[in-house]
Amino acid sequence: MESVLGRYRNLIILVGVLFLQVLGLATQVKRGGNDAENTRLIRVWVVGAVTPFERAVVSIQNGTSNLWHNYFYLRGVRAENRQLKAQIEQMRLEQVRLSEDAAQAHRLQTLLAFKEQFIAKTVAAQVIGSSGSDLSRIVYIDKGENVGLKRDMAVITADGIVGKVLLVYPSVAQVLLINDQSSGVGAILEKTRLQGVLRGTSAGEVVLERVMSDEQVPIGETVLTSGGDQIFPKGLPVGTVTKVGNGKDLFLNIKIRPAANLSKLEEVLVLVEKQDRQATAEDTTHVRAADILAQRLPSVPDKPATDAKTTDTKAAEGTLEGTDKPAAPNAGSKPTGTTATSPGSKNLSDTGTVHSVPVAVQPRKATDLTPAVQKSAGASGGTTTASKSAASQAKLATTQPKAPQPSVTQPSATQPALPQATPPQSNHQPPADENSPN
Amino acid sequence: MPITYTSGEQVEVYRFSIPVTIGVPLLALFVQAFVPLRFPRFAVYFDLPLLVTIFFAMARRNPISGLLTGAIIGLAQDMLGHNPIGIYGIAKTVVGYGASSLGVKLDVENAGARLLVTLGFYLVHSAVYFTVARGLVNMTQTWSWLHGMLAGLANAILGVALYFLLDKFKQRT
Repeated sequence: MESVLGRYRNLIILVGVLFLQVLGLATQVKRGGNDAENTRLIRVWVVGAVTPFERAVVSIQNGTSNLWHNYFYLRGVRAENRQLKAQIEQMRLEQVRLSEDAAQAHRLQTLLAFKEQFIAKTVAAQVIGSSGSDLSRIVYIDKGENVGLKRDMAVITADGIVGKVLLVYPSVAQVLLINDQSSGVGAILEKTRLQGVLRGTSAGEVVLERVMSDEQVPIGETVLTSGGDQIFPKGLPVGTVTKVGNGKDLFLNIKIRPAANLSKLEEVLVLVEKQDRQATAEDTTHVRAADILAQRLPSVPDKPATDAKTTDTKAAEGTLEGTDKPAAPNAGSKPTGTTATSPGSKNLSDTGTVHSVPVAVQPRKATDLTPAVQKSAGASGGTTTASKSAASQAKLATTQPKAPQPSVTQPSATQPALPQATPPQSNHQPPADENSPN
Repeated sequence: MPITYTSGEQVEVYRFSIPVTIGVPLLALFVQAFVPLRFPRFAVYFDLPLLVTIFFAMARRNPISGLLTGAIIGLAQDMLGHNPIGIYGIAKTVVGYGASSLGVKLDVENAGARLLVTLGFYLVHSAVYFTVARGLVNMTQTWSWLHGMLAGLANAILGVALYFLLDKFKQRT
């Protein structure tokens, strides 16, 4: 017996070691579900041994790179700066338009008593390592429990979603990427509004599942988070559709190119706090496209207060003729360009409606308007009355109106008179009956 | 490319200092985890912990220490990922045992032999991993001979260079 044991000692030990590992695997598989959490204690040893090196290398690398790029290699920075400034101006104009759209959406959500999820707090983190295997698509970030990270928090970049926090250690965290085959994200197609489940494949691709094969999905359509997974807030960019084919059963096989570059992640944001709150139509201070343009153009000195007062009076007398409501107190505080009239306005004045609407008129909240007024606002085409849609107003503020609509002189990027129309804070709103169409 | 059959008495058995025994596998794990951040394809084609396992197992020529080295390195590699612990462990245990058993019987000191042995063991490793992942853990896996051969060749070439570097740390018993 002893000779047999001695002869096959190596083989017996091999079988024993393999058996123990298979047993361990079977236990983990049987437990299922939150497996990584169950084996957290064992994993922390290796993670604790490897990540300090990674952290050190990353910090040295970043330090060297910053020193070089921020202090030595500054070629082309001026040109880039100019370019970026121009880009910022463009984006500010775009932002005005979008914020008006968003404000309108908020008002509508308020009407419908929507609950929204807001990203209340994020933590920036640096990617310091990976699993080192193409069968486990995870990355390690240099933030952990010590800054409040928890399991299942969403991880994003400016480009799009990245994944979710899987395991949290004291100073590092493990992030499961969306292209791992065990990940799943609720997603929605931006235009067609088809919902599906985003999954990774063993080859590291991202596919959208659970979209019926009789649906039409165009190539290039943007995919957003649907919020159904309770991890990612709704509306974050996921990627774009690159290929659509027939999949299993009655579903399509839709390949997605992730918006975030998952193979070259450096910095990410972890959403540590989300807020569910009722949508409210906040009365925020509106910044108009005209204001931004006015800032860009050569400044014109403010007119003396007396002039302004005179103009106010004139404006109040002349422009609101025929209305029994007094002019808004600050309607004329920014004279000239804001209260410019058009020839067609006289006709309107005859009918008793306002014939001169300051361009600075803020769109009233939808909730403030009676249904009839809202209806009439919609019918009026939205260019001559104060109740026109916020979006269309913002658009008009940046472009010349196509139709020669009466009474309103819209500011545009090409109008030299804009500097005179110094940032008006006019909250002048025409009376409700003014909104009735011609 | 001669692979010389030698008796157990003729082959030399090496040992390594404790810092090398611990440091080299740890460094391999670190590089394996860090380099894919800059070169994403690295993780697809290269498996440094496997190369280190093969090297130690062949140099020590002791099946028990070989399989234990493989098991420890494999389990550590499992712990860096999120899949159940033991898949790499089992695969590398088999490779460690096989490489050390082969080292006892063959002279695997020359580059040609090392290239072939590494290529062969990469395929064995992939096959065991595939079987365990699919059969025991029910993971979705696809087998590709083309990828296996390419990655095996890439590992073999890297392995030959790495082994010559690690030869410097060998100590005669």
